[in-house]
Amino acid sequence: MSLFRLRFAIQPYLLQIAASALNLLGLTALSLYMPRIMRDLIDQGLSRGDSRLVIQSALLLLLLGLLTAALSGLQRYLLEWIAGHVGYDLRNRLYDHIQNLSFSFHDHAQTGQLISRCIEDVRAVQNFIGGSLVELAQLVFLIIGAISIMLATNVTLTLIGILPILPMIWLTFDFGHRITAMFFNVDNRLGDLSARLQENVSGVQVVRAFAREDYEMERFDESNRAYYDARIRVISTWAVVMPTTDFLVTVCTILILWFGGSMVLRGELSVGELVAFNAYILMLAAPAQQLTNLVNAAGEASAGAQRALEVLDTPSAIVSPADAVTLPALRGEVEFRGVALNYQDEKQASLSAINLKVAPNQLIALIGATGSGKTSLVNLIPRFYDVTDGEVLVDGVDVRRANLTSLRRQIGLVLQTSLLFSDSLKANIAYGRPDASDEEIFAAAKAAQAHDFILGFPQGYETMVGERGVTLSGGQRQRVAIARALLMNPRILILDDSLSSVDTQTEQLIQEALDQLMEGRTTFVIAHRLSTVRRADLIVVMDQGRIVETGSHAELLARGGLYKEIHDIQLSA
Amino acid sequence: MTTITPPAYVTQSEELYDKGLDPQVARRLMKFILPYKWQLLFSAALMLVATASSVIGPYLVKIAIDDGLNAHNPLALRNTVLFYLAAAIIRWGFIYWRVKIMALVGQSVIYDLRKMLFAHLQRLSLGFYSRYSVGRVITRVINDVETLREFITWAVLAIARDLFALVGIILAMLTLNVKLSLLTFITLPLMLLATRIYRRSARLAYRKVRAAIAWVNSVLAENINGIRVVQAFSRQGYNYDHFSQVTNRYHLQTLLHAARVAASFLPVVDVLGALATAAVVYIGGTAVLGESITAGVLVGFVLYIDRYFDPIRDLSRRFDTLQSAMAGGERILALLDTEVEVKDSANALELPAIRGEVRFDNLSFHYSDDPALVLRDIRLTVPAGSTVALVGETGAGKTTLVKLLSRFMDPSSGRLLVDGHDLRLITQNSLRRQMGVVLQDPFLFNGSVRENIKFGRLEASDAEVQTAAEAVGAHEFILRLKNGYETSVEEGGVMLSVGQRQLISFARALLADPRILILDEATSSVDTQTEQVIQKALARLFQGRTSFVIAHRLSTITSADLIVVIEDGTILEQGTHAELLARHGKYYSLYQTGFQE
Repeated sequence: MSLFRLRFAIQPYLLQIAASALNLLGLTALSLYMPRIMRDLIDQGLSRGDSRLVIQSALLLLLLGLLTAALSGLQRYLLEWIAGHVGYDLRNRLYDHIQNLSFSFHDHAQTGQLISRCIEDVRAVQNFIGGSLVELAQLVFLIIGAISIMLATNVTLTLIGILPILPMIWLTFDFGHRITAMFFNVDNRLGDLSARLQENVSGVQVVRAFAREDYEMERFDESNRAYYDARIRVISTWAVVMPTTDFLVTVCTILILWFGGSMVLRGELSVGELVAFNAYILMLAAPAQQLTNLVNAAGEASAGAQRALEVLDTPSAIVSPADAVTLPALRGEVEFRGVALNYQDEKQASLSAINLKVAPNQLIALIGATGSGKTSLVNLIPRFYDVTDGEVLVDGVDVRRANLTSLRRQIGLVLQTSLLFSDSLKANIAYGRPDASDEEIFAAAKAAQAHDFILGFPQGYETMVGERGVTLSGGQRQRVAIARALLMNPRILILDDSLSSVDTQTEQLIQEALDQLMEGRTTFVIAHRLSTVRRADLIVVMDQGRIVETGSHAELLARGGLYKEIHDIQLSA
Repeated sequence: MTTITPPAYVTQSEELYDKGLDPQVARRLMKFILPYKWQLLFSAALMLVATASSVIGPYLVKIAIDDGLNAHNPLALRNTVLFYLAAAIIRWGFIYWRVKIMALVGQSVIYDLRKMLFAHLQRLSLGFYSRYSVGRVITRVINDVETLREFITWAVLAIARDLFALVGIILAMLTLNVKLSLLTFITLPLMLLATRIYRRSARLAYRKVRAAIAWVNSVLAENINGIRVVQAFSRQGYNYDHFSQVTNRYHLQTLLHAARVAASFLPVVDVLGALATAAVVYIGGTAVLGESITAGVLVGFVLYIDRYFDPIRDLSRRFDTLQSAMAGGERILALLDTEVEVKDSANALELPAIRGEVRFDNLSFHYSDDPALVLRDIRLTVPAGSTVALVGETGAGKTTLVKLLSRFMDPSSGRLLVDGHDLRLITQNSLRRQMGVVLQDPFLFNGSVRENIKFGRLEASDAEVQTAAEAVGAHEFILRLKNGYETSVEEGGVMLSVGQRQLISFARALLADPRILILDEATSSVDTQTEQVIQKALARLFQGRTSFVIAHRLSTITSADLIVVIEDGTILEQGTHAELLARHGKYYSLYQTGFQE
């Protein structure tokens, strides 16, 4: 059972769990003592007319009641405390694991599903620990306690009385077995539903633009219906099991009344004992009726645990090796030696036979058609993916041997889509170095030509961006992203020179910012414009995952190959 | 424990929902259940019988003791036991059907509700989506509805059962002995008072828990979406600290607070129960000694007190679910109440097949929450079939202009006419079916490449899909993918380059064969060769349809039939390339500084 594998999450709280178990033991003892008071009241107090015993019983009942109240309150809090902390730890662990999983994992993972792991599944586990687990424990205590007391009173009647409990236990466990699989299915369907919704909301503009609302509703309806069916399957099973256990519990009382009653008539049992017997059976009945609920919750929690563990069990393909080399300040030399790259889902190699050596501080322009492998190539430098063959060396060290943080902290990245986070502009610029001083942040923003427009906002650097803040234009976002990279003061810079989505003036500003950024670093530019390409120390022309030409602008023009072709096309545009 | 102050949006949403009135929310939520009232009534009837057969238990025990055992009458004992058995069998069948019917009802209500929410989301304006995060939408439709489901399938049922049981038990107790019953009932007002106090604090506490969960959700969503930046900047350590010490810890704190509230209320029920039992034992016991009641009555009574407090205890526990269901319900209703800003008018007409003439008639626009005009006095007539290039700085209003044309919002004043039809008088669907839009950031859905292209026209044949892909130069790279057109494009289309995604979105727009085409800076981020292919495809695409292009490429601009220069929300200049150059105005200076490489 997957839940058992979660014991690591419970381990830190063994002390609290022990306290709660002790408390539970006390509670059970109290409730087991109650029927004895009634028995004595009937057999000794009432039958013999002892009014002192009546008062004593009343006071005793009151005292036990108060104690029970105090302990049950405490119990409730203890359990929620434990469950809350276990959930907290588990969620932290999931979060940390997810954010360290490699790009190739995230290429295939759906955000909605991952969120559902961290929220719904953890909640199921939490609910189980906070509620059901303890009821289960209490049930065990009660069964042992009540049955021993009953046995001490009358063995025959006990055996008869608990007879219906045996099929009930079988039924419950068989049900538990089936329900786990069903809940796994239910959770998956809910995950699908969530993913579909997430996608629709993210792509809302496209949906509207193509007037595809009806189509989307159909697709959502499919998932909605699948979830409905999965739920109904669970409940249909439950609808049989629940009343059956309830019936079996009633049969217990009936058997006791019938056989016990006959014993009373024969004088083998007192009325008080029979009443106590019935009380004990009812005491078993209440939690036994919950047993299916408990197994239900356990099934749900187990499915949740399984799915959470699935994420935790996914190894991150890209981690620093145990004997990782912590890279010192880099000079900025990058070398590709016989590199090949195959993404797992593509039949054709994305990169093959790449050999390229770049000296520190060079400006490299990568050009080539969409899908020719430019982005794949630069993604290998910060080791976002691992090569399928060959090696990528930075300052002579294979990136697979380097400590990841020491490598990535020295590489600056300006992506084509400049993603910013829901936070202040200042925090976004300081994203890579949260400890940066205001002066450093301002300097980076100035160099990135972002300072002026930032000060134009009423709240300046404290202006919130993202979903709940101001909407920045593409050019503004890009400049913030450049400032963010600049603040890292990277030795190697990778940028996607996709500036044409901004207007001319902004483009000029960004160009100035980029010039600042490239100064004195090894820079790889996925170039779209000739002005950038012309200035490059080395131009790398790519086609279908291979390097087809390298050289300076003049050399390549003279060669009259693919570069010249591209060059001519762009000039004519 | 340090106090964590969640960001304003978390606390604000709490305050917002704090003003809601409980009964009103409940009434409105009940409306969702109304279509199933017959099923509900039927299962209520089933429940009544089942509960009666359960409540009768202790009474039968009393009869067994008094008439059977104490009277030494084996026949009475046998009859009672047989009666008990019959009741149990009836109970089985009734419970089975009740559970089944209620589950169907609960599940159907949830299905309906999600469907309604989703349909509403499809109608809300884009402005809504810029205010409401993806994470929050998901929390509403998934988590809040789930809470409501738990409430309907389990709690509604349990609450009804508890109420039935309570009434049944009270009746049974009164039958047994009025004096002892009244003694027990004294605890009731105390119980109600305690419940009232508890409800208030629990309501607040559970609201905080839900707000905290929404916060966790949005933090997660943002970080997973931005995972590439997170890793590129090696932010994992810092993010982890922030998540565990702030967001997740806040959630834990709210959870523990709610637990404290619940833990301090539950014992109250136990205390009252103990008081009642002790009082009944004392007074009842004395009465038995005085022989005014039998021992059987006393035993039956104590059994009933136990059961009398069970439904009450259970009811109070159901308040947990009720609280969160109400809080969730309130948020769901608030989402459903969010007004659809762009609506089809009641007598909206279907737009017939259009030629594609577009006229902006003295149009001005500002957002509903900001009086500053984004567009001012726009007058522009575009003859059918012509290509318009919109030129201007970022934020000048180009995007707003084309969004109005797609009717993502309505003009604040003036009119927008297509073939002489005011957009506000025609249905959105009939308009958009004749329009194609290519966004700056091409969005692809989970599904195959083919499905993504077909999104433009669902009934298109495979051959048509391929023709469209060929026309935009996407066919070649699609064939190079693992499964060609069947290759699945996963969330956000991450495995494809931006250029490839853009090509697919072109094919999608081309397949839709719109009468009016809007291109929003779409040609920008593909490389020179690909763009060459696309330029050709676009030239053909522009042929014979009205096209609005937000572009900075010289070739697109110069070849346009009409160039519109926009600045600060107004049209500064309009005309052809040659005309505008001759004017030596803004366009001329833009041309001088920027367009050429």
